[in-house]
Amino acid sequence: MTDLTLTKAAEPPAGRPGTAFLDVRDLKVHFPTDDGLVKSVDGLTFSLEKGKTLGIVGESGSGKSVTSLAVMGLHRVGQYNKRNKVRISGEIWLDGKELVSAPQEDVRRLRGREMSMIFQDPLSALHPYFTVGAQIVEAYRVHHDVTKKVARKRAVEMLDRVGIPQPDKRVDDYPHQFSGGMRQRVMIAMSLVNNPELLIADEPTTALDVTVQAQILDLIRDLQKEFGSAVVVITHDLGVVAELADDILVMYGGRCVERGPAEEVFTRPQHPYTWGLLGSMPRLDRERTDRLMPVKGSPPSLINVPSGCAFHPRCPYADVPKGNVTRTERPELRETGSGGHFSACHMDRAERTRIWSEEIAPKL
Amino acid sequence: MLAYLIRRLTAVIVMLLVVTLVTFGIFFVFPKMTGADPALYFVGKQSDPAAIEGIRQKMGLDDPVLVQFGKFVVGLVAGREYVNGSDITSCAAPCFGYSFKTEQAVWPVLLDRMPVTFALAAGACLLWLLIGLSTGVVSALKRGTVIDRIAMSTALAGVSLPIYFTGLISLAVFVYALDWINGEYVPFAENPAEWFGGLLLPWITLAFLYAAMYARLTRATMLEVLGEDYIRTARAKGLGERTVIGKHAMRSTMTPILTVLGLDLGALVGGAVLTETTFNLPGMGTAAIKAIGDRDLPIIIGVTLVAALAIVVANLVVDMLYAVIDPRVRLS
Amino acid sequence: MTSPRSKKFRTAAGTAVVLAALLSTAACGGGTESKDDKAGAGFNAATKGVINKSDAKGGTLKFIGTQDADSWDPQRGYYGFMWDFARYYTRQLVSYTPEPGSKSTSLTPDLATGLAEVSDDGKTYKYTLRDGITWEDGSPVTSQDIKYGIERAWAQDVISGGPVYLMNVLDPKGEYKGPYKDKSKDKLGLKAIETPDEKTIVFKLPEPNGDFEQMLAMPAASPVKQDKDTKSKYGLKPFSNGPYKFDSYTPNKSMVLVRNPEWKKDSDPIRAALPDRITVTFTTNADDMDNRLLKGDYDLDINATGLGQAARAKALQDEDYKANLDNPQTGFIRYAVFPQTVKPLDNIECRKAIIYAADPKSLQNARGGPQAGGDIAANMLPPAIKGADPKYDPYNLLDGKPDVAKAKEALKACGKPDGFSTTIAVRNNKPIEIATAESMQNALGKVGIKAQIDQFDGAQTASVIGSPKVVKDKGYGIIIMGWGADFPTGQGFSQPLVDGRFILESGNNNFSELDDKEINGLFDKALKETDPEAAGAIYGEMNKKVSEAAVYLPFTHEKNIIWRSSRLTNVYTADSYNGRYDYASLGVK
Repeated sequence: MTDLTLTKAAEPPAGRPGTAFLDVRDLKVHFPTDDGLVKSVDGLTFSLEKGKTLGIVGESGSGKSVTSLAVMGLHRVGQYNKRNKVRISGEIWLDGKELVSAPQEDVRRLRGREMSMIFQDPLSALHPYFTVGAQIVEAYRVHHDVTKKVARKRAVEMLDRVGIPQPDKRVDDYPHQFSGGMRQRVMIAMSLVNNPELLIADEPTTALDVTVQAQILDLIRDLQKEFGSAVVVITHDLGVVAELADDILVMYGGRCVERGPAEEVFTRPQHPYTWGLLGSMPRLDRERTDRLMPVKGSPPSLINVPSGCAFHPRCPYADVPKGNVTRTERPELRETGSGGHFSACHMDRAERTRIWSEEIAPKL
Repeated sequence: MLAYLIRRLTAVIVMLLVVTLVTFGIFFVFPKMTGADPALYFVGKQSDPAAIEGIRQKMGLDDPVLVQFGKFVVGLVAGREYVNGSDITSCAAPCFGYSFKTEQAVWPVLLDRMPVTFALAAGACLLWLLIGLSTGVVSALKRGTVIDRIAMSTALAGVSLPIYFTGLISLAVFVYALDWINGEYVPFAENPAEWFGGLLLPWITLAFLYAAMYARLTRATMLEVLGEDYIRTARAKGLGERTVIGKHAMRSTMTPILTVLGLDLGALVGGAVLTETTFNLPGMGTAAIKAIGDRDLPIIIGVTLVAALAIVVANLVVDMLYAVIDPRVRLS
Repeated sequence: MTSPRSKKFRTAAGTAVVLAALLSTAACGGGTESKDDKAGAGFNAATKGVINKSDAKGGTLKFIGTQDADSWDPQRGYYGFMWDFARYYTRQLVSYTPEPGSKSTSLTPDLATGLAEVSDDGKTYKYTLRDGITWEDGSPVTSQDIKYGIERAWAQDVISGGPVYLMNVLDPKGEYKGPYKDKSKDKLGLKAIETPDEKTIVFKLPEPNGDFEQMLAMPAASPVKQDKDTKSKYGLKPFSNGPYKFDSYTPNKSMVLVRNPEWKKDSDPIRAALPDRITVTFTTNADDMDNRLLKGDYDLDINATGLGQAARAKALQDEDYKANLDNPQTGFIRYAVFPQTVKPLDNIECRKAIIYAADPKSLQNARGGPQAGGDIAANMLPPAIKGADPKYDPYNLLDGKPDVAKAKEALKACGKPDGFSTTIAVRNNKPIEIATAESMQNALGKVGIKAQIDQFDGAQTASVIGSPKVVKDKGYGIIIMGWGADFPTGQGFSQPLVDGRFILESGNNNFSELDDKEINGLFDKALKETDPEAAGAIYGEMNKKVSEAAVYLPFTHEKNIIWRSSRLTNVYTADSYNGRYDYASLGVK
């Protein structure tokens, strides 16, 4: 119980800004649908400092993208229909400003300027009918009162910075005239055009060739160093964040199941789901002893989230803790012992450490 | 681009030749095979043999069909003369044929009627785009609300109600009962205000039908577009909703609408038959209907060709506009 | 806020919805009716005498119609309304008297100073022309102009479509080839007409014809000035010798006539020439036309085919509207005819069975009832024709009831006591005729005659029922048709229907193929008669023989319900123009 106390004590009281640059507290994003309430994010808490990178990992439907859109305030726009309106609660503090309760217009002003986003598929994320230059210029001018000429210069500059050859020519090209990797560079250039302090990259490399993936990741890392932004990288692939992230947050069924410094999470993962993710991670650095070990089963329903530990239907160790506790009681997020490493699992620490080191690690 | 245009225009001409040939076949070869004589259509109550022979002479019905067709095509380009003894009728280029019912060359008849049809189509088009697009957009944005439902049921009514129904009702209410406007067509040159008054109901009636179709199309397309990633990107950039909807979403929504618009306008130029008949507008549609009733083949062929030309040209224009709107489309 | 729930969007959506709702819920119509302040002269008043008598000139007389003339060329036009209207711009030697009702059918001199001086053998007709008769360019109308105009009818190869009575009477052998192929210098090569001087014209008939002068009253006998003859295009702008001339004309669209300043009132005893302008608008929407007539936008329907069902019902129910209606006889008889080539209708008893079995009241109702349809007809001669006796009713049709007993008796006599099967041929484009066919089918079924209905293409009438061979092959035992006279005499009405010498291979109108020597002889006798009353008596006799042959079942003496606006002056219906108003007399208030 001491762990729990510590966790709580480490966080500032609700309604007041924390010390961190980005502070997300008890974030809930629920979508009412005809079938029931979809609890895409259901009580998520994390924080991120400037200059740091947070990797949010999980399967599709785990709530990671929903989280990023919530931070951007994008769930609230385009909600013209009063019925089925998304319900968001909790707090999102960005540089001392609370975003959940802020007027939409205020959040819009922050969007693209203080926080910006890179999307998974740059082909569909860029408007096919406008030149990349026009799209970057538009992104710049919405936040800067400058002439088109100035904005265009800025766009060329940004294209150059992200490594597009002949940027002064290509600025007038359309998205379809670029290769996949180049397109993602355009996307990055567009999201960085206003020097945002928070950059969210949602699966930035998923749609790209393996060789191009590394280049894009390098680019993000370099740019982060240069601009000193806080970066959130969202991915289903632990490999993507392995070298990029300072901290890792693993999501399952709309909740955080493990969170901690990247080094800790990779070397001493404390949750069976994380083990599964590690097991399904292709490795280029060495031969696997076994074949990939993906997590069996399918992601949980977000309308009827399994009782107890949401992962128990898929967990090979669901019966390890005594009694029926994995099915009846939801495990709290508890510090595992090592600094800042939290996990939500009913198994006690000794057991988890044993399973990891004896059964899982050798196979990876 | 130029090469493309030349190629397309050549295709247009070939297409029109084919349409002409087919129309010719339908009107002159097919009846012959079933034993009907086109010349008989032109004589009145008295089917005097001399009268039939005269018509045959003048129309060149005794020539082989291909010769007739050739003469027709030459007439289109260079004009021609219809000779029947001392009775010579010249038909200046473009000679679309000569109506033996009304003793008029077809082209001047069509020229006389085109402005009416154009005015009807253009005015109605403006109205329906205005109403259809705005209704469609609002409906898409307010999906599932009362506003959406009212707009879409109205649109369903608009699509299902025939022109002669809505047209007659509007005449009954605004012209016969309330007497707000006279509702009769007057040429623009004669009196612009009355011209407007005469076209107002046809515009609204025709626009109602099309606005309904366009509202439904706009709504469906807009809903699809709003789900696109690039709309999310636009919002993520911090753009206001006005720009997101008005610029980013509308630009994509316009593409399918433009396609349909081109075809609709093309077809309308060939004559909005029901609207013109209902409101007694002296346009191409009424000319066509009248000609069909009178079995006035040359006029029917003329209207058919102009309608075909309008549709083919509209298609070409749409294709070229496509290239303007969508940079991914290359004209080659 | 830049939310799209902006005012602009709201306004647009609102407008769309309100507009749409307005258009779709207005179905009930209603509202206040706007009516002419001045009341009409009373129901059927113009069939009884001249109403709104006035000689006030000026104003615009506004015609509207759904059907343009087949041609406004006097030699080509054949539609009845064209003959009525043509008097505005063309004159003949003689014309119909401008008097109401049956008085209109007598002839009166027009370009001529008097009716013809007819020779004793009835073969020579001589006229002298009036002074002061002019063309629109001021030149005088000469006897040569009249001859040339009449000759044009011979040029059927160029100006087809008009009546050919004059051709058949003056040149039965077809020797003359028409003025366009005329080798003579003045193009006046027709031998049957002589023009000794500009004021005299003499017609020499190979055979007498008592109705010849009737034929000269047709527009086809109008003068045409040779150097103004545009041949096939003459109908687009005929050169006027009447009180009005063509100002503009676009076929199927509109027509404007203005005063012809060269026309002299004192040279013309027939035409009142009251309005300054005469306009005709051709519409495509018959309902719209009716409503605009009721509303007062137009004065009358040039076609005079009668108000449509909706407007008719509306106008008859409203006393104010009703005062603007007339219900004239059109001179048409609607009937069924039995081709004698189709068995068993070669047997007169079987034909009689059909006549007795039919239900005259039901047929009248199918035609639209006593007002819109007309009175039940008892025989085949319209009341307006001399010699007609509407009361002559050998088959008791005026009782309005089928006579089943007599029908069965007739069937027995025919040797078909249990009835027989036959086919009713009816035009597919005439819903009312189809209704009468159904009425007959029903009534015949009650005596065991099984009739099936065959609807044929109405536009092909001449080659379907007009061909005796087709009629026989298809077994058309009953044909439903209607007929009106080109000129109001027994010859004009009956001869094409019942004279055996008028049976044609195509375009036939003697559908029963009645070829009775007695009947044919009566026509010959009547044609030799120059006294109309004496000829009428012969036609009356002829008509009785037709009834006795039992080849026709008359339905109705057709009537119309036509509209006249309250503005019209000098209005009356004329039997000479199928019950239409006499257009040449009309004026406007």
